Amino acid sequence: MPEPVQQTIRLSIGSRYENIELVQAVLDETLESLPIDEETSYWMGIALREALANAIKHGNGLDPEKKVDVCLAVDESGVDITVEDQGSGFDPGAVADPLAPDNLLKTEGRGIFYMRRFMDKIDYDFGADGGTKVRLHKKFGAPGISAEADQGGANED
Amino acid sequence: MKIEKRQRDGATILDLQGRITIGEGDVALREAVHAAVGEGATSILLNMGRVRSIDSSGVGELVAAYTTVTNRGGKLRLFSMPSRVLGVLQITQLVTVLDILEDEDEAVASLA
Repeated sequence: MPEPVQQTIRLSIGSRYENIELVQAVLDETLESLPIDEETSYWMGIALREALANAIKHGNGLDPEKKVDVCLAVDESGVDITVEDQGSGFDPGAVADPLAPDNLLKTEGRGIFYMRRFMDKIDYDFGADGGTKVRLHKKFGAPGISAEADQGGANED
Repeated sequence: MKIEKRQRDGATILDLQGRITIGEGDVALREAVHAAVGEGATSILLNMGRVRSIDSSGVGELVAAYTTVTNRGGKLRLFSMPSRVLGVLQITQLVTVLDILEDEDEAVASLA
């Protein structure tokens, strides 16, 4: 396969769940031309969906007037996905471990955990005027599911 | 997501098809399970064979379905799990909690 072409795609969506499908379609189309196998693409899609769901639900409180900005950036090393909401931020350290025995049967709290497992690295940036920006990175050649969720503190859903 | 309901040997089987994801299949699954429970079903089997994908919200609904049914003294089983859906449950150790069977025959037999 030829070297991946550097590209950056930016999208801005209203805070509605159906828009998740649109963004995933763009990701799928982008990944098709990259040296990423179908299995890894699938898990990246789930990670993106989790980030979007968090931004729409927890960040923007399902307010359709609030936007979620998405950036898909490809360089020679891999893919960066950035999802930014207009919410009030959150404390990454305040979310419970979904694997703790007391939390196994909780109905929420697994989304960030899945993102960590399906991407190589995630980190957060909180704007001075509010908003949460989550950045998900996947290196070319990395396995679809990482061995451990070890990229820093926990997060919201 | 599409859900069809049928009966077999006293069990209510929900055949799920599509995505169990936020804003779509998660709500449909919740409503289908609540409807079955409301109709008096105590043994509910979820046929996962045609579930294309699941996210954390869908996983949450599976957990909610399990607790809703078992808290009423009923049984909820899942069968024919696609490998990727099973993978999502394995990562969060829910395979140790939920009752997951290989296929429909095994799931029905487990209720005896």
